[in-house]
Amino acid sequence: MPAVLEIEGLRKTYKSRRRGTRNALDGFDMRVDAGQVHGFLGPNGSGKTTTLRTLLGLIRPDGGRMALLGHEVPDALPTVAGQVGAIVESPQFFPHFTARDTLSLLAGAGEVPAVRVDEVLELVGLRDRSGERVKTYSLGMKQRLAVASALLKNPKLLILDEPANGLDPGGIREMRTLMRTLAESGMTVVLSSHILGEIQLICDSVTIISLGRRVAFGPVDEVLAQHSSGAVRIRLEAVSDLPLATETLTQAGIRVTGHPDHLMLAGVDKPASVTRLLAEKNLYVSELAPIAVDLESVFLELTATAPVPGQHRQVDESMKVGGTGQPGPAGGGWGA
Amino acid sequence: MSLFRTELRRLSKRRFTRYMTLLGLLVLAAVVVGVFFTNQKIDAGQLAQAERQADQQYQEQVRWSEQERAACEQAKTAGTATDGRYPDDCSMITAPSRDQIEASWFLPSTFDFKETFAETLIPFAAILALVGFVIGASFVGAEWSTGGMMNLLLWRPKRLTVLLTKLAALLTGILAVTLPAAVLWFAGFWAVANFRGSTEKMTSGVWQSFLLTGVRGVVLVLVLTTIGFALASLGRHTAMALGGVVAVMVVGQFGLGILLSMASVRFAEAWLLPTYALAWMTKTVTLQDWNSCNATYYGECKPATMDITWQQSSILLSVGVVVVLGAALWAMRRRDIS
Repeated sequence: MPAVLEIEGLRKTYKSRRRGTRNALDGFDMRVDAGQVHGFLGPNGSGKTTTLRTLLGLIRPDGGRMALLGHEVPDALPTVAGQVGAIVESPQFFPHFTARDTLSLLAGAGEVPAVRVDEVLELVGLRDRSGERVKTYSLGMKQRLAVASALLKNPKLLILDEPANGLDPGGIREMRTLMRTLAESGMTVVLSSHILGEIQLICDSVTIISLGRRVAFGPVDEVLAQHSSGAVRIRLEAVSDLPLATETLTQAGIRVTGHPDHLMLAGVDKPASVTRLLAEKNLYVSELAPIAVDLESVFLELTATAPVPGQHRQVDESMKVGGTGQPGPAGGGWGA
Repeated sequence: MSLFRTELRRLSKRRFTRYMTLLGLLVLAAVVVGVFFTNQKIDAGQLAQAERQADQQYQEQVRWSEQERAACEQAKTAGTATDGRYPDDCSMITAPSRDQIEASWFLPSTFDFKETFAETLIPFAAILALVGFVIGASFVGAEWSTGGMMNLLLWRPKRLTVLLTKLAALLTGILAVTLPAAVLWFAGFWAVANFRGSTEKMTSGVWQSFLLTGVRGVVLVLVLTTIGFALASLGRHTAMALGGVVAVMVVGQFGLGILLSMASVRFAEAWLLPTYALAWMTKTVTLQDWNSCNATYYGECKPATMDITWQQSSILLSVGVVVVLGAALWAMRRRDIS
């Protein structure tokens, strides 16, 4: 599949006399293939929004290469802008205009037929409220309007930064359906979100960014598989057999954590080897369940942003790529 | 072209634009109405009455000077004229001549189109320039502060084209208000002169002069609109332009004026911007240095003068526009948008 979005070695450095030099993007790479719904994940301040702004010509990069729909950007942005719909960060509109006026003015600027305004208002569920001023809208309604503005061009590539932010549960589900429908119609969707459950449900592939660098990418299933811990939970017919089972498995090189009614095993390549080892000692397994890893746990592991009791993680405290994997302050990562 | 039309639509849709324009036009209308009601047409009876009042005033002055001269001579004879109340030579106390007392002093105010209309073009230009400045600043400042500019750039990534098209739409809109307003201003005062004054002695040369002053007024409106727009774009907020103007006027003008006055600088007004705006409208402003004395053949002491011409003002206005707009364009091209 051809790439719709390509980023190689993107760098953006902010220099400040007070704060010193910070690398918001530190050689970031990304690739999105045509027709995919692609999740773009990262903790706060990791460089997601900086990446999107840079890609869309709002921020000048310090290095690297970017291409949209096969055209090098930012040079070719005027050529491809008509095919790329985007909302970046929180929706921002002139508060005293109605939603219809807002979209109509954008359509006028982009030479989009006026009839398209009604289509997108219908699509995002704002048809009946389109005559009201944007300042009277809730965050969720503004979000819908932002999505409508991005869809106005009927783009080939849709870039949405936190589109579900502020939406009610029904709205989130509608948004999910909309993304899927758009992807099925051939549109490529790049979705930045912190609602990882949604990303896992919607997206075909993901890129995870931390401190301005890519820490994981690929199809969702592959990313999950790559970061599966091989954890397995087992229960025995008799709870009294658990100490013997622990001893047996530990001797076989498996890391075991004991619990009152079950054992947690780590580093198990083949669950069948566990049953064989225990059966040889006449210990019979009543339950053996591989622990499925989800995107949230992969994200927290990769970005080292899992909450630690008693500690207050700061925005810049995230995983240093290529480092020890320990959380801690590191140079870079603000400005997203 | 579509962007230009869209920006014109955006400009006209904004409530602030509508209210400020309406306010400016109402103030202009109030000026015309005020001039109408504070002037009268002078008829022959009022002229004769004024002549009589001037005669009466002359007679009073003659009577008063004779009384004073007599009192002076009396005091001199009595030897009490030492308190400086009277001159040494009592014959110096004389009444003014009759022609020094003008009948026009006793006439009600009347609007002489030829003599007065040019002055009215100064408040006309000043009010519309203020309106243009504020609308220009708000038009782009609100776009920046509400994120509208960022949205627009996602559709039209050519930054300079976007900013200059916005400016072109703004100037077109301001011109669309200013030109009809100027025509109405001419017509309004022509009517005032017809009903409450005089339209006599109007020659093609006078009309041409008024027209040129009007054109300079329109140019001043466009220049200040551009500067308001550019300042707000530079600061990415309407308040940047308004704050900048307050800073320039309060600190740069009042403060500078006081400082120059305290330092007894010659022609201190030459350092103040309003002088150049006035010179632009009136073609010349003559500054006088009252601390100097240039003796004439007749023994008079005339202050030294300095002329500020509209050509000098045009250089200042051009430099101002180039610097501020240039900085706004440079910032638009170079700075990140976040």
